[in-house]
Amino acid sequence: MTDPQDLTPVRAGFIPLVDCAILVAAKEKGFAAEHGIDLQLKKEVSWANIRDRMNIGLLDVAHMLAGMPIAQSLGVSHITVPTIAPMTLGVGGNAITVSHTLYKELQETPEGLGTPRAAAQALRHVVERRRRENLEPLSFGQVFPFSCHNYQLRYWMASAGIDPDRDVRLVVIPPPYMVKSLAAGQVDGFCVGEPWNIQAADDGVGVILTRPTEFWPHGPEKVLGMQEDWAEAHPETLAKLLHALDAAANWIDDQNHHGELAKILAKPEYLGVSESVIEQALGGDLEFYHGGAIRAEADHALWLYAQMVRWGQTPLAKEAEDIVCKTFRPDLLNAALGADSATEQADTPEPLDGIAFRSDDVPGYIAAITIKK
Amino acid sequence: MEDLKILVIDEDPVRAAILKEGLGDAGHLRVEWIADTSDLYMRITALDPDVVLIDLENPNRDVLEEMFQVSREVKRPIAMFVDQSDTAMITASVDAGVSAYIVDGLKKERIKSILDMTISRFNAFSRLQTELDEAKTQLEDRKTIDRAKGILMKQKGISEDEAYTLLRKNAMNQKKKIAEVAASLVSAAELLS
Repeated sequence: MTDPQDLTPVRAGFIPLVDCAILVAAKEKGFAAEHGIDLQLKKEVSWANIRDRMNIGLLDVAHMLAGMPIAQSLGVSHITVPTIAPMTLGVGGNAITVSHTLYKELQETPEGLGTPRAAAQALRHVVERRRRENLEPLSFGQVFPFSCHNYQLRYWMASAGIDPDRDVRLVVIPPPYMVKSLAAGQVDGFCVGEPWNIQAADDGVGVILTRPTEFWPHGPEKVLGMQEDWAEAHPETLAKLLHALDAAANWIDDQNHHGELAKILAKPEYLGVSESVIEQALGGDLEFYHGGAIRAEADHALWLYAQMVRWGQTPLAKEAEDIVCKTFRPDLLNAALGADSATEQADTPEPLDGIAFRSDDVPGYIAAITIKK
Repeated sequence: MEDLKILVIDEDPVRAAILKEGLGDAGHLRVEWIADTSDLYMRITALDPDVVLIDLENPNRDVLEEMFQVSREVKRPIAMFVDQSDTAMITASVDAGVSAYIVDGLKKERIKSILDMTISRFNAFSRLQTELDEAKTQLEDRKTIDRAKGILMKQKGISEDEAYTLLRKNAMNQKKKIAEVAASLVSAAELLS
């Protein structure tokens, strides 16, 4: 074992969600130390804290929502801080969960609930009926303006003709409060990462309606974010870190390790929820390594950017597209791991609304969409 | 100059009171405090603040971010990072554990006095908290040492001073604190009784 004094310190922020697992495993299972890194994990309570602490240099790297490095690099509603993501920390693990009351109403519609498309159509029936009866619009929780949850929820709703800004109410709720808000009737449903969907189902508070991986199997959910300046100033540290995280992701991918990992993640300094809930989440649609899950590709970033444009967060611009393409950096991962440098064709969501996304024609995609801001 | 409306979002009533008092002393009298953030949106809309101060341990910061990004009703204060020129102050505030959202167009000098006060009051509160925690620990330690002395006096038939000397000697040998040795003794005695 290397002397801890010889290790290079890297301060990494994380939010207590199951997909902080790669960072936690890298530290707890010794992968970071093996690769010469003293990984110092800092638990944060909000994505805004993660962003601010990174921007003033209190964090070197962080567990980030995939949309955050893009928003930072474009300066959406904030200062412009070129931020990059050389790897994905997790794919999947999100779900759209609804209250029992809403679930019953959805079941009473003529649609089956077996596919995301049918479930969205069922929701449209309920939304329309509520409008006819002059009832309050339904409320849905999501976690941050630049979260995949926000974009997935909106994409799914809009595919059935529901305008998320007009027909329903979308509110931000911090993930740990999600189950409580659903139980209290403050929202009728939510889109959040694990463990909170399984927790809601376990507590008898909600029903998991659909999982975004059903329409976007390989989309990045969380990424390893860092300031571009930091990456450029510390190329060796970054390469060592990526090696360590790659090894950790590979370790997590083995189902035989899920029990041990759940036990570690359940500790109060990490998630502080029950081991069994975490183990269920790990056995679900979350992917960390398999099928190139650690690769964050430019096409993924462009899809997320297109959603930002679609919902009025940022204007459409060619220069912005160029910046977005340089946000996700599979080249840095390839360089570190010595992998094949050819960038793979990344998948984008199944066109639930019939409008295929083309990364080489974002303006065309935006023009073809009818529900947008 | 019109008085600024300041909203303090803090789950800790003592810290909020300390901050409110400090801002009041500095001439800011329109300070509102909310602890329970359940209907944050409605309350912020009603209050229409110029400055929002929120503690960094509050997960509802993300709720504010969304609110200020999408809302048409509120004046859309923005996180203070927007002005990159004053990194030192921003670092000081993050260190102190507080973040500010400020309506665009406010003069920097007006913001500075508010932030300086907020940072100093947050720091004062955390010093107070540390002192209080230390005092509590000291009190607990003394109680444990007294119980351990009592056990030794009874078991070995020795005086209080001798019991204390014995504890101290043991602690020195084991390179531990007297309170730690006392605690092990007390729990061992509980097991055996």
